[in-house]
Parts: sequence; structure tokens; C-alpha cells
Amino acid sequence: MIPRRMAATMLAAGVALGASAQSSPEAEIAKYREALAAGNPAELWEARGEDLWKQKRGPKNASLEACDLGKGAGVVKGAYAEMPRYFADADRVMDLETRLAHCMVTLQGFRFEDATKRVFGAGTNRSDFESLAAWITSEARGTTMNVALAHPKEREAYQLGEKMFYFRGGPHDFACATCHGESSKRIRLQDLPNLTEKAGAQLAYTTWPAYRVSQGELRTFQWRLNDCYRQQRFPDLKFASDASIALTTFLARNANGAAFNAPAIKR
Amino acid sequence: MKTRTSATAIFVGIAAIAAGCASMSDQEASQKALELMKTSFSERGQAKLDRLDQDETQKLCSKPPALELSKEVATRIEKANLDSIRYPADGMLLGDWKSGERIAQSGIGKQFSDDPKLPSGANCYACHQLSKAEISYGTIGPSLYNYGKLRGTSEPIQRYTYGKVYNSQAFTACSNMPRFGHNAILTEQQMKDVTALLLDPNSPVNQ
Ligand code: HEC
Ligand code: HEC
Repeated sequence: MIPRRMAATMLAAGVALGASAQSSPEAEIAKYREALAAGNPAELWEARGEDLWKQKRGPKNASLEACDLGKGAGVVKGAYAEMPRYFADADRVMDLETRLAHCMVTLQGFRFEDATKRVFGAGTNRSDFESLAAWITSEARGTTMNVALAHPKEREAYQLGEKMFYFRGGPHDFACATCHGESSKRIRLQDLPNLTEKAGAQLAYTTWPAYRVSQGELRTFQWRLNDCYRQQRFPDLKFASDASIALTTFLARNANGAAFNAPAIKR
Repeated sequence: MKTRTSATAIFVGIAAIAAGCASMSDQEASQKALELMKTSFSERGQAKLDRLDQDETQKLCSKPPALELSKEVATRIEKANLDSIRYPADGMLLGDWKSGERIAQSGIGKQFSDDPKLPSGANCYACHQLSKAEISYGTIGPSLYNYGKLRGTSEPIQRYTYGKVYNSQAFTACSNMPRFGHNAILTEQQMKDVTALLLDPNSPVNQ
């Protein structure tokens, strides 16, 4: 017999049970992990993202290579593990996606509305943000999460993000904490990380962006928040909005100390 | 804004520690977070911005669990929510358990991605075990398997069960369970049907 939690994990991961009922669940999970390790389709997005970063584009025919992600113009390695962070040139705390949009505007000359027309991809209509984020985050793999909160605006973003996490509203009275405030809970068969605990917060944050098997898409953290708010029955969280950045600051900071390990692959 | 550590800052606790020093009082932060959210969401489909307007219960329940509710506040929340329950005018509390099972299975409703013309489901299975046959159930709430078998179907049990579905917080302040009647997620008939799902001796819940 397969223990329920194991079965839940496997189903959530999209592993078909039944045919292989003979072998142990541990063996099944090991097999699944192996299959994933062999190739994460996220690599396709990473490669496209690296190209996009270097390509001359936009009205100014410039690449993004001069974009400062916080560690100096053009420094990509490890930058994501220190984001969101305060950027003096914009006088604003920014997460990766917001910073990329900023650089598309300032360096490449796009209008913000044009740059952010397609922030989440669908099928052949891929989003530049998802590709760029895939590559840039892959360059932080293995780096220790270190969101410093050195600037007062970063501390403010954290505090407001925490408020948002516990903010209950809408027809279902849901908050992030409704689904992510306790350990060992699940919705249907999907395990819910406890984001109020160090270990849960670290594991969840360090594994995004992720290639979603069920969608065949590479999804960023902005997408994750947007989709959880949809399930929360809230309106549409605007891409690169200050609230999205505040909540990301709260979650990223709580993951401090863990090794970043994305793009991952998920259900 | 720089402040010295004050009593409120210590009370704010978690945020203050992580942030190194608190720059806003707890109340200021709540106010500011709301303003931030108001400019950071856009209306989409049926999900309008007024979903960010909290009622008193939602406001009082938006605290980290570490800041426990006082007994007095909990009682106030439960009283206000109990007063909001409207029992069916025809006095009938038990509907059709088969329809109740479909409602308990369905997770659609009220999301910006849902068609507002279709009736909402309740997705009880998202959080509760109900029947033995359905293994895909969540654990945010307690198992309700054999609910009716264990409690019987007396008038007070019927009223409690219908009332719980109508407004969970009438009995448990700040419960994670949606207030299906109070917030007009389910219709009266739908609530009768899920009440039957829990209580009808023929329902799979009680096999
Ligand atoms: C109604 C339930 C619900 C609410 C409310 C909710 N989430 Fe989620 N969340 C989920 C589910 C279910 C998953 C797992 C999704 C999956 O596996 O496909 C998830 C996944 C996540 C993950 C990724 C975890 C991982 O390890 O991959 C993060 C981070 C997250 N949620 C954050 C939030 C935040 C922040 C909020 C509030 C804005 C929130 N969630 C609100 C249900 C919810
Ligand atoms: C998002 C999670 C969630 C959903 C959806 C949900 N519940 Fe609950 N439910 C809970 C939690 C948590 C509790 C325990 C706390 C409490 O009593 O309020 C609970 C408690 C209950 C109880 C009280 C049990 C007792 O011992 O008295 C009943 C009855 C109940 N739920 C029925 C339902 C029904 C029927 C539905 C669907 C119409 C439903 N619930 C949907 C989370 C949920």
C-alpha cells in the first residue's frame, strides 16, 4: 500500500499510479526525480533569455547588457538572490521582472505599455519576461538568498508585504495565510507550503521560476502570485505593481540563507 | 522615517525583527498596505476592486496567528456573524444530497477566470474528506466522513450544519472556511443540498 501523503505527492507531480503498483513509492519517486533531472525544458527558456538579453532591440536598438540588476551594470551572476532591492536611479524597490521592464524602457526605448504587453506566455506566444527571468535566475543557481533590507524602502516593502500576506478579503475571505499558514496541509491532493515557517518559505521561494509540466510553460514569481490571487478570488494583480513587489520582498527575505535552486520543474 | 524601537514596534514583532527596525506603526502599515493594494490590482471579469474592501470580520481576522485574538474580540465576531444567518423561510433545511455532492466537488465560482453566469460550486472537497470514494480531498478542515452518522439528524444538528455552511464564523471566529451564505457564494437551495450531503443517511458521507 502506498501511504497517502506519498501518493498525494506523486499525483500532484503528475505521476500515474497503478501500473507500477508493485514497486515501492520511494522507488517511483526516485524514478520521477531521475526523469526530471535528465532534462528540464526550462533550459529552452534559459537559452532564449540569454539571446534576448544580448540582442539589440527597441527604438534605441540597444541590448539589455548594460542593465543594472543591483550588482552593477551587466552583472547577472547571483543578482537574483539579492532581489527585490532598492534602485536609486528609479527611487523604488524592484523585483527582477519590474527591473527588466525598467531597463527595456530606459535602455531600449520601449514604452512601458508596449514592453509589458505579454508578461505571461501562452503556447507559441512566449513572453520575453519569462525567458529573461529563466536565464537570469539560472545564473543565481547555488547562490545563497540574501535580501538585505538595508534601505528603509526595502524594510517598508517587507512590512507591507507581510500585511498583504495576512490580508483577508473577497467573497471567500481568503488570505495567503489561509492556504499557506499551516504545515502539512493540502488542497485536494496538492501539498501547500507553510510560508510562515523558515523551511517552507525557503523551499517555495528558491524553486521559482519553474517549468510547469501541466501548462508546458516557464512561469515566473510574478505569475505565481497572480495565479494565487486568482484562486484567492481577488482582482488581477498588476504586473510590476508595488504590491506585487512588496509581497515578493516579504517572501524572498524569508527565504534568506537558503541556496537558490531554480528554474525548477513542477507539476 | 526613522524611529527608535518603541513598544508598538516590539508588538509588531515578526516584521520588526526581520526588518531590523520598524518604520511604521502596525496601524499605519495596515492603512498603507491597503492603499498600495488599491493601486496595484485591476478589475477583471467579475472580480472588482471592491473585493479589497474588508468587512469588520475580515479586518479583525487579518492578523498573524501569533497575535492571538482576545476572547472578547472572538465573541464579538461570532455574535455578529451569528446574527447574519438567514434560515430558509419554508423551514426546510435538507435538500438533495446528490446535487450536494456535485456542489461539494466543484471548485468554480467567483474567480476572475470564471463565468459569472454559471452557479458557483463550494469545493468542500478542497478542504474536507467527505465520502470514502473520493480520495482527492484536502486537509485544511477536519474530516467530515460519517458526519451525519456520528451526530444524527436532529433539528438542532440540522440548524447547526446549515448555519455552519451559511456562516462558518458564527461558530468559530476567523475560521478559514468561507462564509457561503453570508457572502452569497451559494444559493439557499445549494446550502440545503450540501446540508443533505452531510446529514442524509443515504449520502455517501454516511456509508
Ligand atoms: C485558495 C488557496 C490559495 C491561496 C489563497 C493562495 N495560494 Fe499559493 N498556492 C496554492 C496552491 C494550491 C499551490 C500549489 C499549486 C500547484 O502545485 O500547482 C500554491 C503555491 C504557491 C507557491 C509556490 C509553492 C511551491 O513550492 O511551488 C507560492 C510561493 C504561493 N503559493 C504563494 C502564495 C501567496 C503569496 C498567496 C497570497 C497572495 C497565496 N499563495 C494564496 C493555493 C493558494
Ligand atoms: C477553504 C477551506 C474550507 C472549505 C472550502 C470548506 N471548509 Fe468546512 N471547515 C474548514 C475549516 C478550517 C474548519 C474547522 C474550523 C471551523 O470549525 O470553522 C471547517 C469546519 C467545518 C464544519 C464543522 C465541523 C464540526 O466538527 O462541527 C462543517 C460542518 C464544515 N466545515 C462543512 C463544510 C462544507 C459542507 C463545505 C462546502 C460547502 C465546506 N465545509 C467548505 C475549512 C473549509
